[in-house]
Amino acid sequence: MKLFRMIGLALLFLLATLSLSRAGEADLRGIIAKFATAKGFSETGAVVHELAATGDPLVERPLAALADGALYVRKADSLVLVGKEVGESVQLFDPLSGEAAGEAAKDDITKIKVNNTLRRVIRDALGTLTLGAKDPAVRLAAAGTMFKTPDAANIEPLDTAIANETVPSVKALLEQARAASVLVSDRPEADKLAAIQLIGARGDRDAVSLLTSVEANASDAVKQAATAAIANINSTLAFWDAGQNIWYGISLGSVLLLAAIGLAITFGVMGVINMAHGEMVMLGAYTTFVVQQVIRTSFPGLFDWSLVIALPLAFLVAGFVGFVIERGIIRFLYGRPLETLLATWGVSLVLQQAVRSIFGPTNQEVGNPSWMSGSFDIGQLAITWNRLWILVFALSVFAVLLYVMKRTPWGLQMRAVTANRRMAASMGIKTPWVDALTFALGSGIAGIAGVALSQIDNVSPNLGRSYIIDSFMVVVFGGVGNLWGTLVGAFSLGIVNKFLEPYAGAVLGKIVVLVLIILFIQKRPRGLFALKGRAVEA
Amino acid sequence: MSGRFFAKGADRRIAITIFILLAAAIIVPLLNLAVAPASAFYIPSYIVALTGKYLCYALLALALDLVWGYCGILSLGHGAFFALGGYAMGMYLMRQIGSRGVYGNPVLPDFMVFLNYKELPWFWYGFDHFWFAGLMVLAVPGLLAFIFGWFAFRSRVTGVYLSIITQAMTYALLLAFFRNDMGFGGNNGLTDFKDILGFNVQADATRSSLFAASAVTLALAVFVTWAIVGSKYGKLLMAVRDAESRTRFLGWRAENVKLFAFTVSAVMAGIAGALYVPQVGIINPGEFEPSNSIEVVIWAAVGGRGTIVGPIVGALLVNAGKSWFTGVLPEFWLFALGGLFVAVTLFLPKGIVGMWDSWRGNARALRAASLAEKAGTDPEVAQPKVVRAAARTPGEWLSSGPEPQPAE
Repeated sequence: MKLFRMIGLALLFLLATLSLSRAGEADLRGIIAKFATAKGFSETGAVVHELAATGDPLVERPLAALADGALYVRKADSLVLVGKEVGESVQLFDPLSGEAAGEAAKDDITKIKVNNTLRRVIRDALGTLTLGAKDPAVRLAAAGTMFKTPDAANIEPLDTAIANETVPSVKALLEQARAASVLVSDRPEADKLAAIQLIGARGDRDAVSLLTSVEANASDAVKQAATAAIANINSTLAFWDAGQNIWYGISLGSVLLLAAIGLAITFGVMGVINMAHGEMVMLGAYTTFVVQQVIRTSFPGLFDWSLVIALPLAFLVAGFVGFVIERGIIRFLYGRPLETLLATWGVSLVLQQAVRSIFGPTNQEVGNPSWMSGSFDIGQLAITWNRLWILVFALSVFAVLLYVMKRTPWGLQMRAVTANRRMAASMGIKTPWVDALTFALGSGIAGIAGVALSQIDNVSPNLGRSYIIDSFMVVVFGGVGNLWGTLVGAFSLGIVNKFLEPYAGAVLGKIVVLVLIILFIQKRPRGLFALKGRAVEA
Repeated sequence: MSGRFFAKGADRRIAITIFILLAAAIIVPLLNLAVAPASAFYIPSYIVALTGKYLCYALLALALDLVWGYCGILSLGHGAFFALGGYAMGMYLMRQIGSRGVYGNPVLPDFMVFLNYKELPWFWYGFDHFWFAGLMVLAVPGLLAFIFGWFAFRSRVTGVYLSIITQAMTYALLLAFFRNDMGFGGNNGLTDFKDILGFNVQADATRSSLFAASAVTLALAVFVTWAIVGSKYGKLLMAVRDAESRTRFLGWRAENVKLFAFTVSAVMAGIAGALYVPQVGIINPGEFEPSNSIEVVIWAAVGGRGTIVGPIVGALLVNAGKSWFTGVLPEFWLFALGGLFVAVTLFLPKGIVGMWDSWRGNARALRAASLAEKAGTDPEVAQPKVVRAAARTPGEWLSSGPEPQPAE
């Protein structure tokens, strides 16, 4: 008997729970069915609120469908169903379970209409719902949405969510969202002041815009607190802005460094004015393009490696062209810098036209490998990967070059020939050979610069033209014949340029920089880090 | 001076050049206007406009020759002076359009109406008068060259450094004139001209007159250059070119010598630009393009720098070649131009006229030597008489010969 009662009780309990959950789903279905009879947006909105109030995660599907305009009423039986248009007909699904519920022609169903207000209501409701989601990322996104659309009604669900939250970062954002909601509610002043403090600590542009909207209509104490918080945030933001400018400047500087560093060798060490330098950069960029084309058609799996493959090839291609130019033309013109300038300009025209004839005058598409796309944030700074990689790359090229010049036998020979050609020749150094290889090295480095620049610039026959004047400016500004000067020159020009841009605009900023350089050369005709000598002409 | 003008040799060449130019100034317009189109002697209007344009280029090349050939300053920014002169003339021509523009505004040029200007910017005042525009054609490039040169030469910026900063100058101006809010028409520049001095720019008679004006101006410029170069100052100019430090040690102010030549040359370039604009009917920031300025250098180099006549020959030949190539083999033109740069620097360092001189000089010297041998006397070798003082032989002052020199 006792046993029976026990079993009966258990059965009853089981039934009760089953029926309870059934009842819950049935209730939901009941509410969803009201969509079929709701007239106008406001009634639909009321149904949405009712659905959201159940707090059941199951309602996410119908609500999301409603927001997307994919919730239909079947005319035959007034059943509310989720639909997916397939050609002329619509595939129907159950709004809660998602099971397929047959197909219907468009004439047999009515779409439940939504407008933007309603969509916002739905989004808020979903935001509240997703606060309970299992995935922390979903919860984080929900908290972010709620921060941006504060609503006094959000406070209570947020309170529960905060109490249940275990992940610290999500909890912090939830608290900020709650503070934002408190600010628009009619809670007591002390609560609001605390909320302002919390939001002020967040310290970004969203916080400023939120506080500014609060500032407009609030009591004096709150207003004061908000103003103070805004001022505080703005000063922090100004700091980050400066940081952003410095980062952009460094990024531009690294590009300039890459473009100029090869020139620092040919112009600085050998005294050869190579106007075809920009075209070496272009050849490097086109090598990258060709490598990527081959990879795309033959080895698609290797695409992420394309730049790594292109680097040595670009070095070889540009270096070889440089070698040919030196042996074929420049060696006859040593000691006549102005003639060298003209002859290499002629070479640059020929190279440009050759590339134009082969590849066409239009821009070629060079893709970014996956590890170079995207960006990440440091504080308020957004840093793109390709810029960061180019910076790293420019610095490593610089370091390698410095090592080659200062620590290898080849570099020693190069410097010896520069310092005293006849003495070097007497010591058995093959000076013409050293000349040719030095020029090839400078050109090759321009080639690998082209690989990097192909990632951020248009690859066209005119690519080199746009860099040649800037590169000369860097080398002349930094001091010819000094690699460190080139480094300092590139980064200072880059940073000055980017700091001028917000005030003067990009073009005017560049003009100002050019004028400054022209004036600077008057003051120090041999650049920042001039080699000291006793020459009369210096 | 008049005695020297009618002398033999190189001076006679100058006289012949001036004579040809003046003759062309009369004959070409006559053959265009007075001869029936069916006649074999008729010169079509487009040829007149084209050669008029070439003469402006020749004037520009001559201006460059004064500083490069005789003073050793390789300016890569002469296109800027040319364009500034052109803009000054263009502004006058814009004001002459009056209310005939698309928007019909009597004061504001079309582009200003388009860019919502309310009134004329202050730097456009006075350009409705030809004399003022003419003054500006001389003053603006001259002043820019004076200020730029005053800074550059005083701090002894020389050689390739000077070349590079002149290039930076024209590049900066290029960027500036591309800006719409500069008030010079942005990247479209100034165009759609109607009248010059009350005559229709498109009319054949106007075109012929402009051609004649260009030819006469070029003849005048040749005379002026020749006078400068032949004077005592010209000797100083060449001294600075060949050994600046020595000249300075002898007590001359090398920077003033250079500054004068640079300014005069810039004014000449400005005049060339002013004559150029009404003949081509447009001036836009593309004229500031650094590559244009470098192209001018190759004209002078092809003809022979430091020869006065050479740059004119070079400008005419290269531009005629350009017109021909771009018509027949457009792909090939840049190859040809690039090859020309290389070939001239390698094989023709003195240019066509310079080569002609040394070939003639050698031939004459050989003839004199063989005659003297026959006569059994000491051969008195006749020096070739050239107006061009020999440019410094490469590496002449260097102990080490033609080898790379690190640019300190």
